[in-house]
Amino acid sequence: MQVPLTLTQLDKKANDVRQDIVRMLEAAGSGHSAGPLGLADIVSALYFNIMNIRPEEPEWNDRDMFFLSNGHCVPVQYAVMAERGYFDVEELMTLRKFGSRLQGHPERTKLPGLENTSGPLGSGLSQAAGYAYSLQYLDNSKHRFVYVVTGDGELNEGNIWEAAMFAGKYRLGQLIVFIDRNNIQIDGSTDDVMPLEDLRGKWESFGWHVQDINGHNMESIIDAAAMARAITGRPSAIIAHTIPGKGVDFMEYDFKWHGMPPNSEQAKEALKKLRTLDGKITSGDME
Amino acid sequence: MSSYPLIADLFVEDNKQEATRVGFGRGLKAAGEADENVVALSADLTESTQISLFKDAFPERFIEIGVAEQNLVTVASGLARAGKIPFTSSYAAFSPGRNWEQIRTTICLNEMPVKIIGSHAGISVGPDGATHQMLEDIALMRVLPHMVVIAPGDSIEAEKATRAIATNGQPSYLRLARDKTPIFSTNESPFEIGKAYVLREGNDITLLGTGTMTYQLLVAAKELENHGIHAEVVHVPTIKPLDETTILESLRKTGRAVTAEEAQAAGGFGGAIAELVTHNIPMPLLRIGIYDRYGESGTPAELLDHFGLTGEKMADKIKHFCDHFPQYR
Repeated sequence: MQVPLTLTQLDKKANDVRQDIVRMLEAAGSGHSAGPLGLADIVSALYFNIMNIRPEEPEWNDRDMFFLSNGHCVPVQYAVMAERGYFDVEELMTLRKFGSRLQGHPERTKLPGLENTSGPLGSGLSQAAGYAYSLQYLDNSKHRFVYVVTGDGELNEGNIWEAAMFAGKYRLGQLIVFIDRNNIQIDGSTDDVMPLEDLRGKWESFGWHVQDINGHNMESIIDAAAMARAITGRPSAIIAHTIPGKGVDFMEYDFKWHGMPPNSEQAKEALKKLRTLDGKITSGDME
Repeated sequence: MSSYPLIADLFVEDNKQEATRVGFGRGLKAAGEADENVVALSADLTESTQISLFKDAFPERFIEIGVAEQNLVTVASGLARAGKIPFTSSYAAFSPGRNWEQIRTTICLNEMPVKIIGSHAGISVGPDGATHQMLEDIALMRVLPHMVVIAPGDSIEAEKATRAIATNGQPSYLRLARDKTPIFSTNESPFEIGKAYVLREGNDITLLGTGTMTYQLLVAAKELENHGIHAEVVHVPTIKPLDETTILESLRKTGRAVTAEEAQAAGGFGGAIAELVTHNIPMPLLRIGIYDRYGESGTPAELLDHFGLTGEKMADKIKHFCDHFPQYR
């Protein structure tokens, strides 16, 4: 497998990742479905195209960093890491099981390649900001970048805005955050639970460069990351509009799938949908 | 007699006093000189937590976070991931008071060697009142796996402890006091993380002190002599991990114990000793501390007296305890 993958290859890879997610969640019998499926394109693009990493040498000194702030979406990270060669794909079936390295929420010390431990929301962004601060001010390491994925429900947390202020103050140009704007959280739609708009205006007012993109369009994802890297002297927020449960029609847009795994029948149905879609989901498919 | 070097004029009226936070400030500067990976983070309390010394010496390694204690420790976690040794400082009421979960998840579970410096702990904060008099921090920190918990006895020991946690590679909590307290140790006195020290030998009862309460126990022990009670005083600056060997050795000798801390008696240092005793020798134990209430405004001296945390008041309590509880044999 030659990385970086092309756009077509990335679409196919993201579909593989979605199938992995469905299979691992079914095997686990618990876990979150909607968020990981919705993030499959962004996280695949990061690991297979955008980030400078070495799966065979997870602590490589010159690597780009990936901090998952919304730890409950870790199935997508595990699936992408397995597909990328950090570990065997079959290990995905141990998710959430006793003795597994694939804990229900990510634990750095358990699995090489994880950069942080997260689950309780709102603290991944500040960990990433601390790392980005070190690169910019203490290590004089200007060519490395720190990528973060946060949820949108997660933005209810005060810690996020403390981090946003901090990154703005110190103009952390190597910090790039993908905000998974899927409009759902556990109790319902983000608008009902705690409205976030004007989301773009909020980040801009904290001194961030902000882009809005279609989070399922590989070209948009890659272009936005390139733009974010090119913007110096400001941290970057990429508000990635995504469909929760993307690729499995009966999960899409439904907040009930936020924290639920598919049962075996639903998983079979989901895999059928995804296999049918294979090669058919193309960039720009937001309808 | 104990081999621990105490200062010569321990009980004079005008003994030398200094706040433990001042010793920390010196220690951090020294740690910064020794290792360029040491960085310091402030939550808008640079002067009063004494990291100003470090800031003046190493401005490029000083990071102002603002009044944001959750961000304080999580940014520190990220810095530690990048190979730095971050010292975070605030008042104990705010850090670890406000950001306990972030410390638990991103520092302890994540095994990041971040140093949490909680200044202004205890009721001796004084006039600021209950909101700022942190009494629950020992309990909060000692229940966290991987966390080291240290309450230095005086400013000289605080300096040594600061240097020690800079090199221990572990999450560590350092509990400091705002007010000046008597110095009892010397530059030659030993300090090692995880060690307790017998300051005074005796056979009738073991007085276990942590933080600045150890000095008060020395005062109490002297007073108890007048009543024919020969107390052994053991200084326990490291609350976690406990020096079980030294403590149990003393307890086996005396068969009776007292703990003293400027904190909630529940769950704190006394709690740790109660757990140790229960597992090993179920002996009479008197825990001196604050009992299930908050502090209030007043001068440090008034408050220590009111809560029974002076040497004189402790001596009374301990004598009463000895009168009622025989030594466990």
